[in-house]
Order: sequence, then structure tokens, then C-alpha cells
Amino acid sequence: MPWMSPLARIRDALAGQRARDKDLRNLVSNLPYEGLDKWKQPNRHFRNNGIKTTKYSVLFFIPMNLFEQFHRLANLYFVGLAILNFVPVVQAFEPEVALIPICVILALTAIKDAWEDFRRYKSDKKLNRLPCFVYSSKEKCFVEKRWKDVRVGDFVKVESNDIVPADLLLLYTSDPNGVCHIETANLDGETNLKQRRAVPGVCITVSNTDILLIIHAVIRTGCLGFSHPDLVLKQHLVYLKGGCTVRNTGYAVGFVVYAGHETKAMLNNNGPRYKRSRLERRLNIDVIFCILLLFTMCIIGSLGHYLWLESMPSVPLYLVPQTDGHLDTPSLSSFYKFFSMIILLQVLIPISLYVSIELVKIGQIYFITNDLDLYDEETDATIQCKALNITEDLGQIQYIFSDKTGTLTENKMVFRRCSIMGREYPHKENECVRRALKMYIYKIKILMFTKSLPPNQQETEVILDQKLLRQIRGTEKIDAYQDFFLALAICNTVVVSMATAKRLRSNPLDTLSSLVRRAGSWTRLRAPITSETSANDLTTQGQSVNQTGGQTCSLHVPPQGTAPAVPAGKLCYEAESPDEAALVHTAKAYGFVLMSRTPDSVTVQLPSGAQLRFEVLDTLSFDSNRKRMSVLVRHPISKQCILYTKGADYAIMELLETPYGEKQQKAIASDTQQHLDCYAKEGLRTLCIAKKVLCDGEYESWAVQRQHALAAMDNREQLIMDSAVQIETNLCLLGATGVEDRLQDSVPDTVMTLREAGIQVWVLTGDKPETAVNIGYACRLLEQDDLVINMSCKSKVRSLISNSQRKFPLYPEVRRYSEDPRNVDTTPDISLVIDGRTLTMLMSPDLRDRFVDLARHCRSVLCCRVTPLQKSEVVKLIREKLKVMTLAVGDGANDVNMIQAADIGVGISGQEGMQAVMASDFAISRFKHLKKLLLVHGHWCYSRLANMIIYFFYKNAANVNLLFWYQFFCGFTANAMIDHWLMIFFNLLFTSVPPIMFGIMDKDVSAEMLLGLPELYRTGQGKGEYSFFTFWISMLDAFYQSLVAFFIPYFTYRGSDIDIYAFGTPLNTISLFTILLHLSIEIKAWTIVHVFIILGSVTLYFIVTLAYGVRYLNYSGYWTLQAQMVDPMFYLVCLISTVIALLPRYLFHVLKNSITCSPIVEARHLDTLEPSTRDQWIKEWRSFRGRVQDKTSDVSASPPSELKPTQSSSELNIRLGLVLFCHI
Amino acid sequence: MQKKENQEVENRPDNTAFTQQRLPAWQPILSAGIVIPLFVLVGLAFIGIGVALFVTSRNLHVLEMDYTGVEKTSPCFSCSDPIKQKNCKCSLSFELDKLFEGPVFFYYGLTNYFQNQRAYGVSKDYNQLSGDLDYFTFFFSIVPDSTCKPYRYDVNNKPIVPCGSLANSMFNDTFNLYQMKNGVKEEVPLDGKGISWWTDYNIKYRNPSVNPLRNAFNGTVKPLYWSKPAYELDPTDTANNGFINQDFLVWMRRSALPNFRKLYRRITDGLPAGNYSLEISYNYPVIAFDGKKKVAFSNVSWMGGKNEFLGIAYLVIGSLCLVMSVVMLIIYHWRNSSPDAN
Repeated sequence: MPWMSPLARIRDALAGQRARDKDLRNLVSNLPYEGLDKWKQPNRHFRNNGIKTTKYSVLFFIPMNLFEQFHRLANLYFVGLAILNFVPVVQAFEPEVALIPICVILALTAIKDAWEDFRRYKSDKKLNRLPCFVYSSKEKCFVEKRWKDVRVGDFVKVESNDIVPADLLLLYTSDPNGVCHIETANLDGETNLKQRRAVPGVCITVSNTDILLIIHAVIRTGCLGFSHPDLVLKQHLVYLKGGCTVRNTGYAVGFVVYAGHETKAMLNNNGPRYKRSRLERRLNIDVIFCILLLFTMCIIGSLGHYLWLESMPSVPLYLVPQTDGHLDTPSLSSFYKFFSMIILLQVLIPISLYVSIELVKIGQIYFITNDLDLYDEETDATIQCKALNITEDLGQIQYIFSDKTGTLTENKMVFRRCSIMGREYPHKENECVRRALKMYIYKIKILMFTKSLPPNQQETEVILDQKLLRQIRGTEKIDAYQDFFLALAICNTVVVSMATAKRLRSNPLDTLSSLVRRAGSWTRLRAPITSETSANDLTTQGQSVNQTGGQTCSLHVPPQGTAPAVPAGKLCYEAESPDEAALVHTAKAYGFVLMSRTPDSVTVQLPSGAQLRFEVLDTLSFDSNRKRMSVLVRHPISKQCILYTKGADYAIMELLETPYGEKQQKAIASDTQQHLDCYAKEGLRTLCIAKKVLCDGEYESWAVQRQHALAAMDNREQLIMDSAVQIETNLCLLGATGVEDRLQDSVPDTVMTLREAGIQVWVLTGDKPETAVNIGYACRLLEQDDLVINMSCKSKVRSLISNSQRKFPLYPEVRRYSEDPRNVDTTPDISLVIDGRTLTMLMSPDLRDRFVDLARHCRSVLCCRVTPLQKSEVVKLIREKLKVMTLAVGDGANDVNMIQAADIGVGISGQEGMQAVMASDFAISRFKHLKKLLLVHGHWCYSRLANMIIYFFYKNAANVNLLFWYQFFCGFTANAMIDHWLMIFFNLLFTSVPPIMFGIMDKDVSAEMLLGLPELYRTGQGKGEYSFFTFWISMLDAFYQSLVAFFIPYFTYRGSDIDIYAFGTPLNTISLFTILLHLSIEIKAWTIVHVFIILGSVTLYFIVTLAYGVRYLNYSGYWTLQAQMVDPMFYLVCLISTVIALLPRYLFHVLKNSITCSPIVEARHLDTLEPSTRDQWIKEWRSFRGRVQDKTSDVSASPPSELKPTQSSSELNIRLGLVLFCHI
Repeated sequence: MQKKENQEVENRPDNTAFTQQRLPAWQPILSAGIVIPLFVLVGLAFIGIGVALFVTSRNLHVLEMDYTGVEKTSPCFSCSDPIKQKNCKCSLSFELDKLFEGPVFFYYGLTNYFQNQRAYGVSKDYNQLSGDLDYFTFFFSIVPDSTCKPYRYDVNNKPIVPCGSLANSMFNDTFNLYQMKNGVKEEVPLDGKGISWWTDYNIKYRNPSVNPLRNAFNGTVKPLYWSKPAYELDPTDTANNGFINQDFLVWMRRSALPNFRKLYRRITDGLPAGNYSLEISYNYPVIAFDGKKKVAFSNVSWMGGKNEFLGIAYLVIGSLCLVMSVVMLIIYHWRNSSPDAN
């Protein structure tokens, strides 16, 4: 490298900084400069494509990691204590000994960090080494380079199925239309193909590369210009994001614009989220209590020391003066002793608790992710835990907010019914075929005895309505029917790909894709079904499907009847939403086959076999405000300009043309509306299809405006939307479709169970209220005898309601109703159905509280037509007002807000991409998994962690108090009767593993019981096991036990010739046994691991102490344990002290288990039964409870009226269950 | 083949008892029914142990006498201010009306003496005491160990051996026991061998291997409060000098509690009934901290010296367990019958 003045270098570096920071990027091709020195390169200021996500470097790992760790207050505190110990006047230990615990903790954390960083380093290296092709002007062809060598300004060739290495400007593709298909599964999980177009006008080819030399691109956020052909383009259309995969395209050539860390993918890549669980927050309060306790004890010690010194008539022999022979004044000395005491008793603040909690959570997550019941065979996906530190929150959930589509339902749309020009075509055949298919698949499943066939994919197959088929066939002229199907085929953004172009799945970034199922794979399954089902079904299914029905829904009719000879079967539709795919498939089934789609044109094959190529003039894409999309095409024959619009019914109905006098249109509209209502009642998703014919002039003028909007720099989104709204008027209604979205497997059961577990389930959906209510009934969110309050208001009455005095009259009535003693039992459960507009009003500050109050009394709440923002607002409102633990579950991008707002966000990896999963804390593949995740793992994690933490506090207090009591007998001089090394080992070695194991593996109740008796979940809700009360009880117990462990040996050895360490040895041993046996009392289920670890700890204690007593001559406790172990008194003292120390807790447990009837205790009793007996009992009890629930309304004894109905009945249930149990 | 089929189920978790948390588990439920037998057993066992302990303890005899001399009536009153009275001697007479069975342990006791405080405990140089001559001399303020401060050097900067507060404060009263037989004082033989820990005497503390021992102490001074240097602690037995002097070892083993006794001698044959006189050379000052000095004669058993506390504790807890088991039985009955009653 040639010499450069330092000044020039600095100038250069500053220029580089400026160039990077500017939102205007001046980029020049690298080719003319190839081979020049680095500092002459025009793009040298921009980063190259190498990425580095590691936090540390090898050289500076230790200082950097220490710096990170010292950001934690707790670590600082302990380092401060260790340093304090080096000050001679306050010294309590040998200074080196005091360093050990903090060093061990820091080292453990550092090892963990180093390991994580090393994994990042390895994955970076793997990425940086990936090959790609970069054009070299020397070799005049694309040469293979590694990713990290790609620089801004290079020309990169990406072949089909390869991953794009950096953000590229697409210049050329092998496709004649200049189109490149990409899949963004690696970025957002969406598997549908998206189209990108080469920058028009820059027609480079591989042979003619001269033009590459003069490319000079100016990138500005939002748009992009070229020096050569002066063009302004919509950026996202010509942009290949780094990380996406090229599909269906031979190869593509692009110009590197952003590389490495400046790519969009890297910029969007935020680190993991840190959430703090509720338990941890409460824990911190208790740590503060511990600090207060520590200070109190230290002050007592310091005061005691003062009094001790003061009480002496003169200086005794045993008081050691300073070097110069005089003693400190008592007050100064006791001031020093305060700090010595802090050092001595520091363990009271559990230093290792935080590390232990982290370890426990890692273990808990290991078990959650390894649960077979949370594994979905269809998608080969297990649960993913993205947030590592909120496992125990799963056991405390009180409210669940669920999305509907894709969460409760499959989000696999099946076309069910349609209404064209006011006539209904119910497609009744669909029903029976589906049933037949289901049976067939079920049989195959049994036969093959494996996971194999995904049961729902075949249902994209549409069974035709014969009447409608005749209707289409009968007419050749372009009528409304044809228009309807053309609209279905054209008005979408479905991309057509060949099913034969099988995608490679084994790319290195493909961590997510395994979760996502290919949408279009139905075609593969088609053959066996058409051939085999008919034979198989009709013979075996004779009774259930009647013969005539079987014939009408015969499966080979539709393909043979309509399928043209073209290889339509090979077409594969990649749709952004499953609704679109379902509609396109419907159109195809009726003969209107979408053959291909480019940005400029759509080719549709008509039933006659003719292919029509429509020129696409514009696509007005879907947005959640308009709730519709439109495609503007020019008809190839009539040259008419036609706008096809598809959208939510209310969004279309408002825009219909109102022809004066033309009754027919009005009738169609009202008939269609009727049909729509009917569909909604059936739980179908409805869409309206409309069209509009524009005259050329109209189009021209609009197009100009549209161009302006597209080119606008400011407020572009709004302008584009306005332009869309402008043209979507005076539509002519063609018809409506009803698409079914089936409920997922065992959703009703899950919802029921969750509700029995005391969790309120809310459904927040964008669907129509009718659809939502229907799904609500289907999934048992609403019951038939519920009192359903339907709150909806039209926009017109809005002002009226908000102005009136009787703003919100419902709540008091409801309360009166439910509080009326006569109604306590007869009241049906109240359910609330609210629509989005009403919700907006209810969320206004003045109504909020009343709304929350009402909602709290409702058993279930259904919010319809809510926007993503509203979803998160509702979650936040409930979370903040009621101070409850909330969980939000959803699968789509529209649920992201809600997922992030809730305490726990659960994403369902379904059909709608990965945004929800990315934002979530836990990602599951099915709604039903929520049941086991919450009821079993949530309960376990919570009770395990809560008990572990309480135990940890107890353990440290019990151990440290021994030292404290000793202070009363050693003049409060902060001396310990146990060797310091053994004290350190006590916490680090002998008693550290059992609580961790306890926190990972304990099982208070078996999974079967937890699932069988959802009521058990309630124990974790609200305060749960970890409360102020339990904390102080265990602290008191710790004090009591330490008193026993100290004073029994004290009275035994009082006045004898025992020496200091010989006295400490039984104390330490008693403490160990008490602590471990205390844990043994707390352990609810003993496995071989428990036995091994507990015994291991005891053995380790004796081995280490004995070995230590032999090895170290200068150890003051030399040979002490050996000497003690030959003395029978040692065993007698240990035995009685341990027994006395544990007696109260033991008795407490015995009495609790014998006298009280807490559900958990009963469940544990049941758990000891034989599994078959137990299952039988659960079954009987469930049916019994069902009867009881019916009966309670009649019996109506006098249940406590202050309890909420649900609660009282469930408690009653448990009581009755117990009675039943006692009878068995 | 299996592999190929597993392509799509590669994420499937292992179906083992451990990962599925289905390890066979024992779930004990502490309820009345189970614990009654346990309580009865524990109760009976404890009562048994308690009786054994109590009876053993009852059979032990202790004779404890205070000779601080605070009260004017005390024979050692004149000696109680040792600053005035150097080499003061006093004698304590007592009478045994029956045989004190041997072996009788002869203890001296101190109260309110905090051997267990931290600064006192660390004030010694282990290397010195293990006989390392390098630690006997002055060596640039490193040797002897600085923990010995301020008992490290004397005013002439000569190192003190053994240094430190612990050694410096060694108990230096001596006792002679006489039996009065017909007005004639007959000395009772006191056995001073093996009164310290075996490991202390044989392993932990060592004299420097210099013969004669006194040469090793050249250039050092004795601790300030000592009247004799370490190599002359026992004039009667040359082997019982230096750091392995039994009395020194006993003193160096710090007591756990402020009121303690330390073994002084053993009387193997026991004390027959009769009149005794204990002659005390009174040197050790205790008035400064309100301390008391005692002597104690005691015989020991497998459970050590006389201590009734543990026996009583076992008896109490044993009976408590029995009572508890009866309570449990009642609870058990009540619980079993209550559903029927309803």
C-alpha cells in the first residue's frame, strides 16, 4: 500500500463516514477501477459484505466480558465486598478466599458468553465463506468469490435457488420479461414467490458488458436514479434484498448497493428481547428485604461489639492491640466491625441465585422444547422458546387474547359457496365429499400408521356445483358469470409457478423454512385421491354416504368435465393469502385457469380452451384501511378498460353504483347481502366481487394522477391510497364468495380446558361479527345458553351515544343482574361481542374503566373487526387496568402488535409467514399445544421456580444465621467457627446442585392430572406459591432451623473443652443435613436423578471435608472431622438437631396434606393411584361435574355470594369431586 | 432407509423417559397415615437413646471449684491481683466422701475468656510452629508472619518465638494436688502425657530439628508474658518442651466458647475418699475482663464429660414424637370418618 499522509487518511475516513451517513448514495461501478490500490477505489467508504455479529474478540474477551458483567449491580456489590475484605481493619476472611465466589460466578457467566459468541463466530464464518459469482473485467466473465469479498459496486450473478448475498439492484435476468422471482422465507418466512423486475432501460447482457462500466447509481431512501438512463423507479420493485432466494428464474445479475452490515436484513436484525418475568420482579423485592435484614444483623453485630468492648473493666490479654500497642476506641472498632459483618454474612444476599435461576430456566426450556406433545408432525416443528427467561410466567396466565384466523382456525381456505348476480349456489356436494375424503385420509393414516398425509391439503380441491356449471356452459357470451370467474382469476396477486420446478430446501440459511409448509403441494396428492377414493370410499362408506350422494359428489367428474388438455394440473399457485389461492383454484375448477402472471399481463384460459392475455394497467394492492384490492386490466378483445375489485362486503357495498330506477341491480345487492349474512352465520369468510368498466378518457386522466402519486416524494402512501379510492367508485356488483376456514384440531377442547383453568379467553379478529360469533360457538367460546351481549353501533349513531348521558348503561344492569342473590346460580354466563367501532369508543378515556369492569364479569369476549393497533390497545388496557398476566397468541403480521404488548407473546407458525413467530416469545405450531404449554409446563415451571427461589433464600439464611448466632459468643468480632474454605464450598459445591435440580425436575402433580383437572392451574394465578407470605414463612423457618442447629450443639458442648473448629464441624454438618433434608421434604417426586444428586451432595461434603482436613496442615481444622467422626456424640448431636430443626416443617406438611383439602394436595393423592384407576376417576369426575354444573342451578344452596359465579362453582366442583374421591 | 424417512421428522424430540419427564418417580405424600408409624419409631428410638445418655451422664461425677479469689473469703483472694503479687501461691482444700473413680480428668477453666475472636485466633505464625527455622529470625519484616502483630518483635526488634497474641497469652497457673493422709500431705501423681490432640503433637506442631533445642532459639526472645522461654517449659521432661509441650498445645487449640475448660492433667487411678489440698501457683490475670478461674475434676464416659442436656433433649423429643403420633392418629380418624359423617 503506497504511503498516504495521516492527514489524508483522516480526511478520507471522514469523507467515508459522510458518504455512509448520507441518505443519498453515490455509487460507481467497480469495474474500471479493478486492480487499483484499495485507497483509490471509489466505493472504498462503504462496507464490504463480510459480516461479524460476534460481541467479543479473542484478544479482548476478558476485559470486555468483565466490563459487560460489571454492568450488573449484583456483581459490583460482590466485587466491592471482596475488595473490602482486603482492607485489614475490616477483614473477616483471608482475602483470597473471599474472591473465590465472585470469581466462580464471573467465570461461569464468561464461559457461557464465550460459548454463545463462538457459535455466532462459526455461523458468521459459514456465511462469509458462501460462494457467489462476481463479474471481473479482467477475466471478462463472472468468477467465483466468497461472500465476504463482495463489495459495493460489484456486479453479482445469482443463479436459481441461490441466496442473494447483498442488497442488489436487479439489472438483468434470464427471463425475457426481465422478471425475477424471489422467496423471502429466510427474511420473513413468507414462502410465496414475489416478483422483481430488472431496471428497465439498462439492458445489459452477459456478452455486452460495456454498459456496466458507466453505471452510476444514486440511491435515496424510497427511490433511485441512474445517471445513465435517467429513471426514477419504485425501489422495492427492482431491489433484491440480501438473504432472499432466487426461484423460478435462470439467473439474475445485480449491482451491489448495500453490503454486509448495511443490508436491510442486517439492519432489521435486532437482538433477542429481554423480558423480565413477574416472579423475577417480586424476587427483586425480596432481595431488598434480604439486604435490609443483612443490615439489621450487621448493625446488631456492630452494636454488640461496642457493648462488649465497653463492658470490659480493662484490657484483657486476648484483645489484640494495633501494631503500636494501643487499642481502637470501641466506637471506631465497632464501626469497622459493621463492614466485617457484611463480609461475613454476605451470603444472605444470594449471590448465586441469579446464576442458578438462569441455569434452571435453561433446563426448563430444554424440557419444554423436547416435549413430544408439543411437536407437530405435519410441519416437523417443535415449540421454539425465543424468550429464555419468562418460562414461569406461563403458569400465571389469567387472560388469553387470541387471533382467530390461523390461530383458532387452520387458515386453509376452502371455497364453499358463492352468490352470483343475486343467485345462490350452495355447492352442497362439497359437504359429503369432504366427509368422504376425511374418512379416506383417516383410513390411509391408520393403514400407513404414520404421520404422512396432511389431512387438509386436498380440500383446496373444489367440488363443482352442477347448476352453476350448467349455467356457465350454457352461455358463450361474456356475461356476469364469466365476469365473476374472470375477476376471481385476475383480481389477485397470485404468482404462477410450475409445480415441476421443485425448490431446493437445503440452503444454509434455511432455518425457518422447515416450519413453513409449501402451499401448492396439493397437486402432488391429486392423483391418488381421484383414482383411489372413489373406489375405496364408495365401497367401504356405503352406510354413511348414501349412494346417490356418493354419485353426485363423485370425484372424477370435475377434472374430466372441465379440464382442458393443457397441463393445467402442473400449475402451482403461490398466493400471499390462502383466501386468494382458494378463489383462484375455484376459478380454475370452473375452467377459468390463471395461466401466468407478469407485472404487465395476466393470461387466463377460458373453459373453451381459448387463452386471453389481459394487459394489466395497474394493481391497487390491498391495505387494511380500504379492505379491498383492485386490478385494472384492458380486455384483449373488447379493448375495454376494466376494473375488478374484490374486498370485504361492507367495503364494497358502500361503493356500489346507485343506478336510478334500475331495480334489478338493487335487488342483486340486497339479495347478495342476504346471502352474505347467511354465509357469515355459517362461519364462512365472505368476499364481494365487483367490476367497473372505465372509458378511456376516464382512465387516462386517472393514470396521470396515479403517476404523480407514485412519483411523489412526500406523503406518498397517502396519495397512492387516495388515488386508489378515487377510482374504486360506482362499482357494479358481480357476486360474493363464501370461503370456509376450518377450526384447527381440538380447538374447542383447548378453549374449554383453558377456561376451566380460570383463564379468560378473548378473541380479537378482523372478521365480521357474524362470522366471529359463529366460530365462537364452534370453538365453545360461547355456549348456547350464554347471555350474549352484542355491542355494535353504526358510525352514524356514534356521536349520539357518546353525547348521551346514558353512555354505557349495560354494566350496572349486568352487575345488578349477577349480584342479585336469586340469580347467582341461574345467571347464564355472560359473553360480550364488540365490534371495532364500538371498541374504539369504549377505549376512550371516559369509558375505559367501565368497559374493563364489564369485561371482567364476562366469561368470554369477542372483538370483531379490530385493527392490529386496537388489538394491542385492548391487551395493554386489560393488562394495566386489571394487573393481570396476559398472553397473546396469533399467527399473522396483524397480531405482532398484540404479541408484543402482552406479557407473553405466542406465535403460531402457520400459513401467514413468520412475522408473528419472529415477534413472539414462544412459537408453537398448533393452537392446541397451548393447553399443555400452559397447564403442564407453565404450572411446572412456575411451581418449580417459585419453590426453588424460596428454598434458595431459606438455604442461604439458614446457613448464614449460624454464623450470626456465633457472634454472640465471640464478642461480635466477625469470626467464623467454620473454616472459610469449607464455608465457600458449602455454597458452591455441597448445596448448589440440589436446588437447581429441584428447579428443573420437580413435579408436584403429574402431567395427566394437570391436563385432566385444569382447575389445578389456578394455584399459579394471582399470587401463587411465591408470595410475601411464603417468603417470610421460609425465612422464619430458616431462623428457627439455624437456632436449633446452633443451640443444640451449644448446650451440648457448653463448658467443655471443645475447640472452635471441632464445635463448627457438627454445626456445619447439621446445617447440611437440615438443608438437604428440608429440600427432600419439599421434593414432590423422587426420581433416580434426585436420589443420586442428594446422596452425591452428602458424599461430596464428607469427602471434601475429610480430604481437606488431611491435606492442609496449616488448616486450623486439621483432622477435625476425622476426630469428630469417631466420637459418638457427634452423631447424636447431629441426629437430634436435624430432627428438631425439621420437625415443624415436616409437621406442617403432614398437617397440610391431612387436614386441608387444597386441590393440589388432592391431585397428588390421586397421582399415587394406578394410572388406569386414575384415568377412570378423572373421567368419572368430569362427567359428574358436568351433571353438577347443570344441577347447581336448581339446587342453589347458598354459595358465598361475594365469589364470582365461575369461581364459586369451580370450587364447589372440587369439593364435590373430593367427596366422590373419598367414596372410591 | 430409516434416515430417508426421517428427513421430515428431524426435529422430532427424542422419546425417552428423561426428555419426556416420565422417569419413574416416587411421590411420597406426608400425610397422617404414613407418618404415625414413623413417629412412633422415632419416638421410641429417641427415648431409648435419651435414657442411655441420661443414665450415663448421671453416673459421671464432676467436682468444680472456683479459685479466682474475688470474694474475700476465698483462699486465693490475696493472689487475685497478680500485678501486686508475683509468684503468689494459694491452696484450695476439698473433701471427697467417696471414691472418685478413675480415670479422673483434671481441667482448668476460664470464663468470659474470648479465645474465639478473630484477631486473636489468627495471631500466630504457622511456619514457626511447624519448626521452620527460617521463620525464627528477622527477615525484612516478612518473617515472622505479620499476623503476629503486635507480638512480633520486642522493643529491640528481636523476633518473638513463638510469636503472636495466642501464644503470648498462654495460661500459666500450675497446680499440685495433695491428699491429706493423717495430716501428711501426699502428692497425687498427675499424668500430663497425651492430653493434647494426637495430630497436634505428632504432625501439626514440630520443634526445629536442632539439638539441643535451645540453640534453635538463638537470637529470638520469649513472648512478653512468658516467664520461661519455650524450650524450658517443662523442666522435668526434655521431650515436653518447645512447640510440642502438651500444655502449650492444649492452649493453642482455641476454645469454641468464652466459658471453657481445658484439660490440665489426668489422674489415672482415681481419687479415693478423703481430704485433698490443691496448691495453685497463681499467675494468670482474669480480673481485667471479669473472668473466673476454675478447676474441675471429672470422669468421662463414651459420651464425654457430664452433660445432662442431650439426654433430656432426646427424652423430650422422643416423648413429643409419641404424643404427635397420637395426635396424628386422631386426625387420621377424624379425616377418615368425616366424609361419612356428612
